[in-house]
Order: sequence, then structure tokens, then C-alpha cells
Amino acid sequence: MATSRFAGSLRRLRAVARKEVRQLSRDRVTFGMIVGVPLLQIVMFGYAINFDVRNIATVVQDLANSSMSREFIAQLRATQIVRVEYTTNSSAELDRLMREGRASVGVVIPRDFERRLQSDTRPAVQIVVDGSQPSLAAIAAGIAQTPILVRHGAGPYAGGKRMAPRRIEVRTLYNPEKRTAVQIVPALIGVILSMTMVLFTSGAIVRERERGNLELLIATPLGRLELMVGKLLPYVGIGLVQTTLILIVGSALFNVPVVGGLLSLYAATLVFIAASLGLGLFVSTLAQTQFQAFQLAFVTMLPSILLSGFMFPFEGMPVAAQWIAELLPLTHFNVIIRGVMLRGAELGDVWPQLGKLAIFLVVMLGIAVARFKKRLD
Amino acid sequence: MSGAAVSSGIAITARQLTRKFGDKVAVDHIDLDIPSGRIYGFLGPNGSGKSTTLRMLCGMLLPSDGHAEVFGLSVVKDAEAIRRRLGYMPQKFSLWEDLTTDENLQFIADLYGLEGDVGARIAQARATYDLESLRRQRAGTMSGGQKQRLALAAATLHAPELLLLDEPTSAVDPQSRRDFWERLFELAEAGATILVSTHYMDEAERCHGLAIIADGRVVAEGTPRALMESVDADIFEIEGADGSEAPRVIRELPWVHGVTQLGIRLRVLADRSTKDAAEQLRALLARHGIDARIERTDASLEDVFVVSTRREKRGD
Repeated sequence: MATSRFAGSLRRLRAVARKEVRQLSRDRVTFGMIVGVPLLQIVMFGYAINFDVRNIATVVQDLANSSMSREFIAQLRATQIVRVEYTTNSSAELDRLMREGRASVGVVIPRDFERRLQSDTRPAVQIVVDGSQPSLAAIAAGIAQTPILVRHGAGPYAGGKRMAPRRIEVRTLYNPEKRTAVQIVPALIGVILSMTMVLFTSGAIVRERERGNLELLIATPLGRLELMVGKLLPYVGIGLVQTTLILIVGSALFNVPVVGGLLSLYAATLVFIAASLGLGLFVSTLAQTQFQAFQLAFVTMLPSILLSGFMFPFEGMPVAAQWIAELLPLTHFNVIIRGVMLRGAELGDVWPQLGKLAIFLVVMLGIAVARFKKRLD
Repeated sequence: MSGAAVSSGIAITARQLTRKFGDKVAVDHIDLDIPSGRIYGFLGPNGSGKSTTLRMLCGMLLPSDGHAEVFGLSVVKDAEAIRRRLGYMPQKFSLWEDLTTDENLQFIADLYGLEGDVGARIAQARATYDLESLRRQRAGTMSGGQKQRLALAAATLHAPELLLLDEPTSAVDPQSRRDFWERLFELAEAGATILVSTHYMDEAERCHGLAIIADGRVVAEGTPRALMESVDADIFEIEGADGSEAPRVIRELPWVHGVTQLGIRLRVLADRSTKDAAEQLRALLARHGIDARIERTDASLEDVFVVSTRREKRGD
């Protein structure tokens, strides 16, 4: 009985998915959007975007550990551009923190810091920058301009002289040429997917209502979860097609690499697609007409684009904005996709973000199912 | 269809069934006992509460008050169980216009989990409802009659014991309506209970049982014949008074329920309590210089409708 009930459930779910695919393939405008929107956006965003930030999560590796090196770190803090989150003695630890995206800037103070300051040939400090994030490269250049006061003799800052900026070396990790497209394209996967996925599904339930199909649908034994998941499935496929399209165009037009594994990339994208679709379905249960659904979808899109770290680095935003950003799937996906595509992170490195996306999906789907009553009132 | 065995039973009962939308009372404390295996009609004008009642019976609107049972199951608590045994055809065409006949029927078959040779059942439905030539045609491109045949085929595909049809023939030509009713009688013959709402008198007259609904209330109930025989009015047909004056002066009589012009004849509904109604009419017309021929005749369903809805208004 239980298995036959499950088989019936699966059959209804499949029937809904197949119907959705059929309708979609006959709707030329929507079909065109599937391919047109990503192409348009990647070309549009692929060129020209510039940013400015503060409070970058930073890891400090102070090998000198002298009063002068501590002084230098204090001065760096005072600029407010960086926020020292971690201090470490090991290079491996610094690499790990950077790869996991927990720190975007690394400050390496060599053992012979003092001696280097005196010498004119070697840089005294090395700044390591996560080049996969937009605008951080520019920040690093700013840090390099930080004047370093060097004490001579007794008394604080007595007779201090400014250190030449070139004594700080900036090394950009993951995106050595500092090309914006390399930073933008991975994030663009998330932006395009959340735009199309939320838009498509936000209309899914409303459309049935508007066209009068819902009245028949709710008179049948079709379950609410069967309807929701069945509606969602075809768009998962569409999302993966769009992802592939962006990767190909990104590689062909902007030489954007995929450093990490493709499997990790698609697995993470799959989770993100599902989360976005969940959000779309939730919107669909709020709206009474397709027009309302469209507007609501747009309302969810703006914070996604502005707060997710796509436009401005997460660390530079006010705390309240960060709270909102935490609720957006795109925020977490941006961390994942930059990690996987540019820093060669594997799924194991980004599981907290994956977990948050999964929770988001379950919550959204749960609310959508709970809100959708098989009734007209 | 297993309905034949219980054709003497009651398929639907409703007690004090009520539905309000805000301040507006759409269905006002309705009582119903609808026998199984019969065609039962809801006759009433638009906005009288027919659709709302049907929607409550298939569980998609909650009653504001009162309760109803279908096959002894509560329409509130057991809605899912009822849905499996019920076919519903909404007033508006509700299949998918961008899907073909076969695709629509296959989808419905999957939703109801039809077992066995589904292809054969769909083929059977196509044959019964004359859809063979429309197999690969999208529903959106069909005529009103074709859509309606497809909708009925879909609503009956899972052989439901109860069929709820909400004004099924409102967008259909007369020949299609005749064919449609033939199918309904076949279904009832096979044991299905059919509840159909309509505002056509000729359709209502074909039902086994009938409830006349006005302003959310059942104002008359019974077989069409019993309703016509027990109408609380005498019906007169007047010939030779087809000007505009005669209907006007007749309407002014306090015991006249209604005057309808039918070509050259006038149809007058007079209160039963009035003695010598024919003589009084003749005298009235004579005073206005009209020499008319007056004849008593049998009540039609329309007369029943006019009288019962009028009495309802007076009661308010």
C-alpha cells in the first residue's frame, strides 16, 4: 500500500513536470528568455564594473613579531580598510583561510622585517589578495599606499620618517592579472540564475490560477508537494543549461577559468538553483496575478544583486545589510562559486554555505506548500 | 461505475449549508438531499449561489456555516477522499489550452492514477465524445462545443461516481447541447450521480430532480413535473392583445405575478387565490377597448421559476 501510494505520487509529480515542459516548449517568449537573458547579461556585465570597500576580513602572518611589526599592524587597522580576523604563524593556515574565503587579504610580515625596512631592495611586507573578488585588488593597492611610520631612537614616533610605498609588495592570488571579468562572470552565474529561476517559478502557480486551470487542478487528487516539486523540476534542468551557457561564453569571451572541479561546480549550482526555485514558488503563492508575481520577484532580486557581494564585498556593508544578505541564497552562492571557479575550492571547503542553501530551500518549499491550499478561498 | 448498486440511496446531503463572502451571503442555509444515480439540476440566475454550492461540495470552498456530506463523507474533513470519486467541470474551460486532446487526457489520467490500459481508456473517451479527429489539436484552438466535449471526457475519464457540472452548456450551440445531454443520460444510466447547474429552462426540465435557487436559497424543489403541477398560480394565455398597453395595465393588477410576451400572445401568471381571474382580465381589457381571447393553460417550468422567485422576494 505504501509503495503503491508512493508510485502514484511519483506518477503525478512526473505528470506535472512533463506538462510544464510541454507548455514551456510552446511558449516562445519564455523559451527565448532562457537563452537570451544569460547571453545579454553576461555581455553587459562582463565589461566595466568598479568598486570600493572597507573592513576586509584579513589574516596576518607576523613572523617578525617585533614591536615594530605590531606597530605596523596597528596602523593597518587604523586605516579601517582591513579588519584583522586571524593571526597565524603558518603559511599553510593562511592559504587555507584564503581558499575557504574566510579571509580576503593576507598580510605577511617576514622574519627580517626591520632589516628589510632599512634596505632599499626588498619589500618589507607582502600583501596577499584574493583576486577572485571584485575590487579587492584595488583595495590592496590602497593598502600599499599606507604610510608606515618607523621609529628612530626613543620616544613614540620621534623623528619618524615615512616609508616608501614600494616597500610593500602586493601579490594577487587566484586572478593574477586582476581582470574584472574573471571576478564578475562566476558571480554572474548566481545573478542570472536567481533572476531567471525566481522569475520563471514565481509565475508557475499564479499562471494556473489566472488561466482558470487551478480550479480543475485542485479538484483532482494531486497533492500540494507533488504540484510544487513537479513544477520545480523542469526549471532545474533549465538552470543547468544556463550555467553551461555562461561558462562557455565566459570562457570564450573573457577567458574565465574553472580552477576547481566541474562536478563540484555543478553540484553547488544545483543546490543554488533549487533554493532560488523555492523562493520563486513562495512568491507565486503570495501573488494573485502574474503581474504581481513579476513585481514581487523583482523585489527579491534587487537586494540579491546589491547585497550578495556581487556588487559590493560583503565585509564592506553595514551590519544590518549583512543580516539581510545572510538570508539571500545568492550571498552564499557567491562565496561558493568564487571559491570553486577561481580558488579551486572543493565542496568540502564550502559546506557551511551549501548547508545554508539547503536550509533555505527546505524552508521556502515548506512555506510554499503550507501557504498553498487546495481551496479557492 | 459502482453507483448502480446504491441508486436508491442519497449521494449528497446538506444541512443549513452557508457561505459568506465578507458581508455578502452567497449561499444562505441550504438543505439538500440529492439521490444517487440521477441527474439533479440547480436552476437559478447568475449570482444565485449555484457555483458556490458546487464548489463547497467538492471541498474547494469552506462552508461558513452548516455542513454537507458527499457519499457520507464530510466535505471539509474528507475532501481528499471525495475528490477521488468525483468529477468536476468548472464553468470556465479549465483544461490546458496549450496542450492537445491526448496530452490533456493523459495528464488527467496520471493525476487520478488510472490503472490498466490507460491508452485504451483514453481511446474509449475519444470515441464516446467524438474527439478522434482532434487528437493532436491544442485545446486553445477548439470551438466551444469541442472544448466542452473534451472537458466532459476529462471529467469522466476516471469513471467518477459523482459528476458536478457548473453551467456546462453556456458556451455551446443547440445541437451540441442535445448531444451533451444524451451523454449525461448515458452516464446516469451507468450509475453515476450528476449534479448540473443551469439557467436554461429546457435543460432543467430534463433533470430527474430540480432545486430552484434564488439569492442563495432553495425556493422550490422536486421533479420538474411535480413543480409544474403544484405551481401556486393560474396561467392564462391572451391572444389579440399584443400592443404595449395590455401588458402595462395587466401588470398593475395586485394578484398578477408576471406578464410575458410570447410573439402575439401574452402569458399571465395569476395568484391562485383570485376568483374569476379570467373574467376580471377580460373585463379589464374590454374597458381599454381590447377584445382578446383568454385561455387557461398548464404551467411551464419558467412559470414555476417566476412564481417561486417572486414569492421569495415578497417574503423578504
